[in-house]
Amino acid sequence: MTTYVLRILRGTPNKQYWEEFELPFDRDANVISALMEIQKNPVNRQGVRTTPVVWEQGCLEEVCGACSMLINGVPRQACTALIKDYTRNGSDTIILAPFTKFLLIRDLLVDRSRMFEALKKISAWIFSQGSSEHREFGLKVSPELQQSLYPLSTCMTCGCCSESCPQVSEKCGFMGPAAISQVRLFNSNPSGEPEKSNRLRIILDDEGIAACGNAQNCVRVCPKKIPLTESIPLIAREAAKQAFKDFLVDA
Amino acid sequence: MADRDVIVVGGGLAGLAATMRLAEKGCRVKLVSLMAVRRSNSVCAQGGINVAINLANEDDSPIIHAHETIVGGDFLANQPPVLEMCMAGPSILRMMDHFGCMFNRTADGSIDFRRFGGTLYSRTAFCGSTTGQQLLYALDEQVRRFEALGKVEKFEHHEFLRLALDDEGRARGIVMHDLYDLKLSVLKADAVVIATGGLGVIYKKSTNSTICTGAANGRLYMQGMKYANGEFVQIHPTAMTGIDKMRLISESVRAEGGRIWVYGDASKQIQFPDGSMRPCGKSKEPWYFLEEMYPAYGNLVPRDIGAREILRICEMGLGADGQMQVYLDATQMPADKQKKVESVLEIYQKFAGEDPRKTPMKIFPAIHYSMGGGWVDWPACDDPDRASRFRQMTNIPGCFNIGESDYQYHGANRLGANALLACIFSGLVAGVEAPRYIDSLEKHVWSIPSSVFETSLGEEKHRQKELLDCEGSENIYRLHDELSEVMVHNASVKRDNQNLRLTIDRIKEIRERYQRISLDDRGCALNQTYVFAHQFQAMLEVALVIAKGALLRDEFRGSHYKPEFPKRDDKNWLKTTIASYDSDGPKIGYETVDTRHLDPAARDYAAAVKTKPTLKNIPTNIELPI
Repeated sequence: MTTYVLRILRGTPNKQYWEEFELPFDRDANVISALMEIQKNPVNRQGVRTTPVVWEQGCLEEVCGACSMLINGVPRQACTALIKDYTRNGSDTIILAPFTKFLLIRDLLVDRSRMFEALKKISAWIFSQGSSEHREFGLKVSPELQQSLYPLSTCMTCGCCSESCPQVSEKCGFMGPAAISQVRLFNSNPSGEPEKSNRLRIILDDEGIAACGNAQNCVRVCPKKIPLTESIPLIAREAAKQAFKDFLVDA
Repeated sequence: MADRDVIVVGGGLAGLAATMRLAEKGCRVKLVSLMAVRRSNSVCAQGGINVAINLANEDDSPIIHAHETIVGGDFLANQPPVLEMCMAGPSILRMMDHFGCMFNRTADGSIDFRRFGGTLYSRTAFCGSTTGQQLLYALDEQVRRFEALGKVEKFEHHEFLRLALDDEGRARGIVMHDLYDLKLSVLKADAVVIATGGLGVIYKKSTNSTICTGAANGRLYMQGMKYANGEFVQIHPTAMTGIDKMRLISESVRAEGGRIWVYGDASKQIQFPDGSMRPCGKSKEPWYFLEEMYPAYGNLVPRDIGAREILRICEMGLGADGQMQVYLDATQMPADKQKKVESVLEIYQKFAGEDPRKTPMKIFPAIHYSMGGGWVDWPACDDPDRASRFRQMTNIPGCFNIGESDYQYHGANRLGANALLACIFSGLVAGVEAPRYIDSLEKHVWSIPSSVFETSLGEEKHRQKELLDCEGSENIYRLHDELSEVMVHNASVKRDNQNLRLTIDRIKEIRERYQRISLDDRGCALNQTYVFAHQFQAMLEVALVIAKGALLRDEFRGSHYKPEFPKRDDKNWLKTTIASYDSDGPKIGYETVDTRHLDPAARDYAAAVKTKPTLKNIPTNIELPI
């Protein structure tokens, strides 16, 4: 193979269009380096000069969560998407599109601030006395607990889980799998206790936790292999227990 | 107490630490960031954070840590801030522990430590091999708490363009644009804290994120901020080569037992650190050259040394497969050690398509970190004028600079795992000093005439129109390729004066051609081409600072290696380089290095032994920011 085609869904809300670019094959290329190549000479497949493609990027080593997009319809990070893997089976076209469950800004870039708002709602932090002098360490954490929580803590808010989830939509208030997983992270931390009940109540209020259809898409697309489908039923049970406790108190 | 308004530019570790501290002190903080702060470049830091808390029972102490940091930096760092940073380490670690940061643990539930480069002590706390990410998340979460309380207002996808300076030259705010629609606006405050990180993108392919252009510092420099030690740029010994970037393979891989080697060739001779000529290992057998040359530190020599030796080996034709690369071997590491660096090994596997647990990785040095940056003040606690000066403040009153974008703490070479500590520490310091500065002001921002802000905004409006209207033939991304190529060749591991002179001419030529660019995108909707073209102007000025500083410094110190001048020259060059902007090119001056705690001595990593070093003149009235 000497060339391949990037077929890209471009444009702004309600003004989206497809544009194709033909690029020389390079066995070390990834989707990001291909998009960078277009910047230097933004001419589409029809030979028409166009604007460089817009996308979001950061670390390019799959730890910042910025470069999420749909590649051949699957949500993932573009930096680890190698061109040679996508052209292996004789296919010469790779399709890039922006996420659909978030506000489109332009081309492949969407605004994911909704995910950060969700972190605010669920108090995704450890309440502490701040940066005053600390003479003592926090509560001890066993190596086993650390090993189980650390993976949850590598969530980079990339949005792949929400994008893949059939229950997440613009209309529904469901915070998505990532936020629920964060509830588990903070509620399992020995120092996360003070706000534990509140987090569960928030999740109960949320339209979605009960609505999880167990499609298992989220766990399949998570680039960090976070055990999302393990966390969702676990937190749902905890939330139900909390509701029962609250009911008894109210009664 | 009146309202205190502070702007923090940059939401990496340093910016978040400052934001948190300022919010705690009751300031109203506006946090400006190119991206969601949780995606800042600090996430790329893998290995760990150095804290001499002696939990590994090795008789370690902050004094030893400071000593090693000063020596590791080849005596170019001012010593009082280094000492205080190391002393604050234990408290910073305890703070991060209280924030729920996911540090690896020992069997009894305490924080685990590993040994990093340039030290013989296990003083690096870590979270797997994504320590920067985990520390950043912990601070991001604390800042989010203050945001929910209304004490912090975030301006994400916004970029700092210039300071608004009042008639006395004090910073009273900033002009920024919204990356989504290029709308220009002004934020007002009595102090501005710059925490904009590194400049790897000047070299294009570095281990840095693509947002690390150094443009903010370049813009400040063009507005009069002094730029210090620009020529000191760290090359990380171990990265994997890619078309879009150099991907870091953390020092922690070597800390956990990874070894660097090439196949030996006994027919070739190489000079060892003691001056003797010896054969390059045994032919066709793995030659662990760092272990042989530096028996005390082995694969954990400081980064400048590691990078130079790898380059030297490759230039002798000994590189793996005859290429510019050497093996980094994690195959012999036990599974539990591999687990501790799992995410690094996984990233290697994703890009190389080979399992590094079974096949040795192939790596090469890459641009990694800028020791230089904005010049900042540091009155030591026993200086008589301590109260009238402000730590971390640039020469522009009211403008502070912290984290990688400042120049303190690391001298001529940074020790691995000291950056995360320096970022958090300097952020906390700014969080104390900025309010103190504001309280010292006679006039506050609300009494500053609006013309100050209108003028600044007007200048940026003019600049925006000018740039969008450019009608030339040059492509900004190709100019960037040209700039980075000349910088990588001539202003990285090895430097020589003739090439540096050529480099300066080349940068000036590119600067000339920059006047003739035209943008392939002229709209206002998320125009990334425009944004980069705007940044590029400032990047060119920083590139000139790096090249000019390197040209003038005729010695070999830390990361600055010039074979024509193969020795450190304290008599002539134990001084900080200070660049001031001039439209012709940087004006370079020098400043004495504060060596009050330790007299300069030779660095020796071949024969070093674990001794108990001491520092002199340690003040008794040190007040840490935590």
